[in-house]
Amino acid sequence: MPATGNANAVAIELTGVHKWFGQFHVLKDIDLKVMRGERIVICGPSGSGKSTLIRCINRLERHQRGRILVDGIELTDDLKRIEEVRREVGMVFQQFNLFPHLTVLENCTLAPIWVRKMPKKIAEETALHYLARVKIPEQAGKYPGQLSGGQQQRVAIARALCMNPKLMLFDEPTSALDPEMIKEVLDAMVALANDGMTMLVVSHEMGFAREVANRVVFMDAGQIIEANEPKEFFDHPRHERTKLFLSQILH
Amino acid sequence: MTGSDRAYIRTRLAANEPPPTRAGPFHAIVQGLFSGPLNIAFTLFSIVAIAFAALPVVRFLIVDAVWQGMDASACQGAGGACWPFVQAKFGQFIYGTYPEALRWRPDLVFVLGALLLAPLLAPAAPLKRINALLFFGIYPIVAFVLLTGGNLDLRHFLIGRLTAWNIFGSATTAGLSWNFWSDYVATAFLVAVLVEVGAALLGARARKASFTALFVFAAVGAVVLAADLDFGLEPVETRSWGGLMVTLVVAITGIVASLPLGILLALGRRSEMPLVRLASVIFIEFWRGVPLITVLFFATYMLPLFLPSGVSVDGLLRVLIGVALFSAAYMAEVVRGGLQAIPKSQYEAAEALGLGYWQTMSFVVLPQALTIVIPGIVGNFIGLFKDTTLVLIVAIFDLLGQLRAAFADPAWASPVTLYTGFAFAGIIYFVFCYGMSRYALSLERRAAVAGGR
Repeated sequence: MPATGNANAVAIELTGVHKWFGQFHVLKDIDLKVMRGERIVICGPSGSGKSTLIRCINRLERHQRGRILVDGIELTDDLKRIEEVRREVGMVFQQFNLFPHLTVLENCTLAPIWVRKMPKKIAEETALHYLARVKIPEQAGKYPGQLSGGQQQRVAIARALCMNPKLMLFDEPTSALDPEMIKEVLDAMVALANDGMTMLVVSHEMGFAREVANRVVFMDAGQIIEANEPKEFFDHPRHERTKLFLSQILH
Repeated sequence: MTGSDRAYIRTRLAANEPPPTRAGPFHAIVQGLFSGPLNIAFTLFSIVAIAFAALPVVRFLIVDAVWQGMDASACQGAGGACWPFVQAKFGQFIYGTYPEALRWRPDLVFVLGALLLAPLLAPAAPLKRINALLFFGIYPIVAFVLLTGGNLDLRHFLIGRLTAWNIFGSATTAGLSWNFWSDYVATAFLVAVLVEVGAALLGARARKASFTALFVFAAVGAVVLAADLDFGLEPVETRSWGGLMVTLVVAITGIVASLPLGILLALGRRSEMPLVRLASVIFIEFWRGVPLITVLFFATYMLPLFLPSGVSVDGLLRVLIGVALFSAAYMAEVVRGGLQAIPKSQYEAAEALGLGYWQTMSFVVLPQALTIVIPGIVGNFIGLFKDTTLVLIVAIFDLLGQLRAAFADPAWASPVTLYTGFAFAGIIYFVFCYGMSRYALSLERRAAVAGGR
């Protein structure tokens, strides 16, 4: 782990985070520190709390114990702080969650115009820039329903980037895609990683993890079981649970 | 590929071909109406049913109808509609007892309304924002001044009621009472100061709050001022309004007021703030729990008993408010249905982008929710339009009221007068309601195209 000692270099810091859904203890004592520019892939069996974990980072879920600092701002019930954090944190969802009644371009300019107060013309230029980066500038005038799943997910990535976020959260971005479309989305994410974006990715794409991750975090039953550099993690898993998990997904 | 083949490889890719069609204009008709014995039976049955229903109507309205005449004698032996009756009473049906010499004023209101509404409804027309501002902001004031004559009789505002504020006596300029408007301005500044102090004590942004208060006073003041100016128009009491004019005033006010109110109530009912939610639930359930007739009776006959003496609210205005609140409660439930159809993921996507509550609602949730419930909303509008006939029981003579009054005229007593009158009213109501229905359908189609569905 690159420990620079510089406090500004910490992008996210979770300390002793717990969360419950009703009686169900979904996150247990999570400690995680993400440095700026770091790319982390979180994997684990379904129900292990990995989605809940990253949804806590932009407060789509509320944690009940512990501290979460994002870019130096602690997440509390204070709505202003929450919105401040959300402006700096982009998120990409499993089901894309584009706004179906808006065109691709409008999807990308809505938040910059109304949240960042960007002039419409500049917002559109920014949107076209990022749409070109994810290789679909020609779809700007279409509605999400007219695009394929892979294209929709790339629009979702562009939409998040248009807010100029300091870090990006990906919640199983390729799980709802046909096999042929996974690559185009992963390519966009790799390009983003190469640009130095801080990324937290919940994914089972182990190839992606090997290629771009600085660290792979394995979760089970609401806890972080093991975290390591990808090569060590895949070649020499230490915890029994990790070995079992890897043996089941890597044949 | 036969069963014995183990492996198969395509050597030539199949080309795209158009779908098979059988051309000819009659093909669709034959396929649709006469494709099989059951279909043929239904077709024949429908033709007979339509003939039975439609022929008598056509005969009554057109073939056997009387088209000319000066009084009921022309219609005595008629087997069809007595159109001279409608012709003679036409002014009454449209304007009620609005003075004949002043009927250019409602006419002007009708024309202005149509001129502003048509481009607002046409999707292709430009300048939607200015158009909407004119229709929803300026037009109601113009219509109010034209229909009533403006020049409200305002004497006291808040301070004047509480104290003996009477500096200017009964002095007026251009119809504006000096007493009232000096009172209004003083109250505005007083409230602004109170707001500023209150906000400062609560730690909010005091200067901004007081400016907001002043702005609200100024905006409301501008509207009231326009209605209070003396344009030299002869005043016409709402008591002498009637006919289609009243029907449209009640219906359009109800429609225009109920949608935004209903949206706010629906949002309130889904709010996470318990007090807001409770207030919305109570409001909605109260108004949905009482019949419109009760509301109208209450507004007309009982409300004056509760108001302090000296305060009187115009009878038609009371009915307008009653109808608007009543239909807002129904609208709220329709809108809530739409809100519930929007998946949580849409809220989450908007929140994750940093959009606040009102931004999420106005740009993401409501546009989708309202599109879904267009049929329900228009259903409410149509219901409201027809429910306006109930104002008859509180002695406001809308189209149907004027019709019934006209039946009593002995000069037009004939066996077919009643049927003719109701046929005429039916046609008018149908034109408006069917128009709304068709327009809603075109809106739905547009929304479907926009949604890529």
